[in-house]
Amino acid sequence: MNSVLKPFQILGESALVSLRKLGRANLFMLHVATGFPGILARPRLLAAQMYSVGVLSVLLILISGLFVGMVLGLQGYYVLTDFGAEESLGVMVAASLVRELGPVVTALLFAGRAGSALTAEIGLMKATEQLSGMEMMAVDPVKRIIAPRFFAGLVSMPLLAAVFSLVGVLGGYFVGVGLLGVDEGAFRSQMQAKIDFDEDIVNGVIKSLVFGAIVTWIAVFEGYDSVPTSEGVSRATTRSVVYAAFAVLGWDFVLTALMFGKD
Amino acid sequence: MHSKTIEIWVGLFVALGLAAMFLLAMKVSNLSEFETGGEGYKIIARFQNVGSLRSRAAVSMGGVRIGRVSSVSFDKSTYEAVVEMRIDGKYDTLPSDTSASILTAGLLGEQYVGLTPGGSEDYLGEGGQIELTQSALVLEEVISRFLFNKAEGDGKSEGKSDGAKGK
Repeated sequence: MNSVLKPFQILGESALVSLRKLGRANLFMLHVATGFPGILARPRLLAAQMYSVGVLSVLLILISGLFVGMVLGLQGYYVLTDFGAEESLGVMVAASLVRELGPVVTALLFAGRAGSALTAEIGLMKATEQLSGMEMMAVDPVKRIIAPRFFAGLVSMPLLAAVFSLVGVLGGYFVGVGLLGVDEGAFRSQMQAKIDFDEDIVNGVIKSLVFGAIVTWIAVFEGYDSVPTSEGVSRATTRSVVYAAFAVLGWDFVLTALMFGKD
Repeated sequence: MHSKTIEIWVGLFVALGLAAMFLLAMKVSNLSEFETGGEGYKIIARFQNVGSLRSRAAVSMGGVRIGRVSSVSFDKSTYEAVVEMRIDGKYDTLPSDTSASILTAGLLGEQYVGLTPGGSEDYLGEGGQIELTQSALVLEEVISRFLFNKAEGDGKSEGKSDGAKGK
């Protein structure tokens, strides 16, 4: 009897553990959101975090964006030239960057570059009892430590994604027009004719904003919720990157279906 | 001092990001067209068949884009497709007997509306209608007509030979 019910008990236990964690994550998020007025009162805290989260990621984003755009230009050219449609290269490169690759790849890189650092930093603060020390001094660590990091990530992601897309389009342009001899006018005019501001650019920005919220939320929560030991922090850092990647890819599908599914 | 350098870097970062968004909007997307195009005016054309013409397709005259298709709808009383086009305000001298045809850019490219000017002294204004229209060339119809003609031609020659045999 007992051995028959054992698997169900394990399943139920893990389901309850996950639900409990999800509940904690949501309550934590509400708590972080209440720190928003405090950010407005102290923009210096936000600036310092935007430096470590945003400014230090710019070089990575620039280089990755350039190479992603260049690869898109090469691959797109080889496929499109079979149909005699290499003039559409601009549309292909720009649409795939602005709609999908810009927000998604930036979010994945952001999770690896900034998210893991946030988790490790907050986890270590917890392990060395800096967070409880702040509580002792009647300073709310969520408002003082977590909220600036969360909002810095939220603001930085769309900016980084825009830089990524723009650099990617330039990379595709260099490869397509400079290297492979696609007509410059056709590249630009077809791109401008097909890429719609409301449909493509605005939706891309919305996507990157959502991904920024998801990645930073997971990163700060995993750090705050980590087991305060060196092993616990290392596990939390791994989980932060893995969960962020899953969440971004899953939500990308949902958002794409909502945004572009109409026609 | 240190916090000031950080703030400068953050300021540069935000400026870079906003500049990238601005460039994406103006150089990559079609936002700049709306800025220069102004409001323009609306004209209507009725077609038997619009093929795969969609809204936002180009409207061109002499190969130059002068407007865009704003909507394609179906008139249930006349069984015709109604194409509504928005022409840039600066091209306000289209003769009232202008003719419209649906053309294809390249062999498999997207379809657009080509306008050919007539000789009238009156100009099309807001809500003006183009009377002379030519339907889209649907590839299947062209091929089936060609095959039908060919089959008919073969049938005729066979019939002749049969007749010759009979005689």
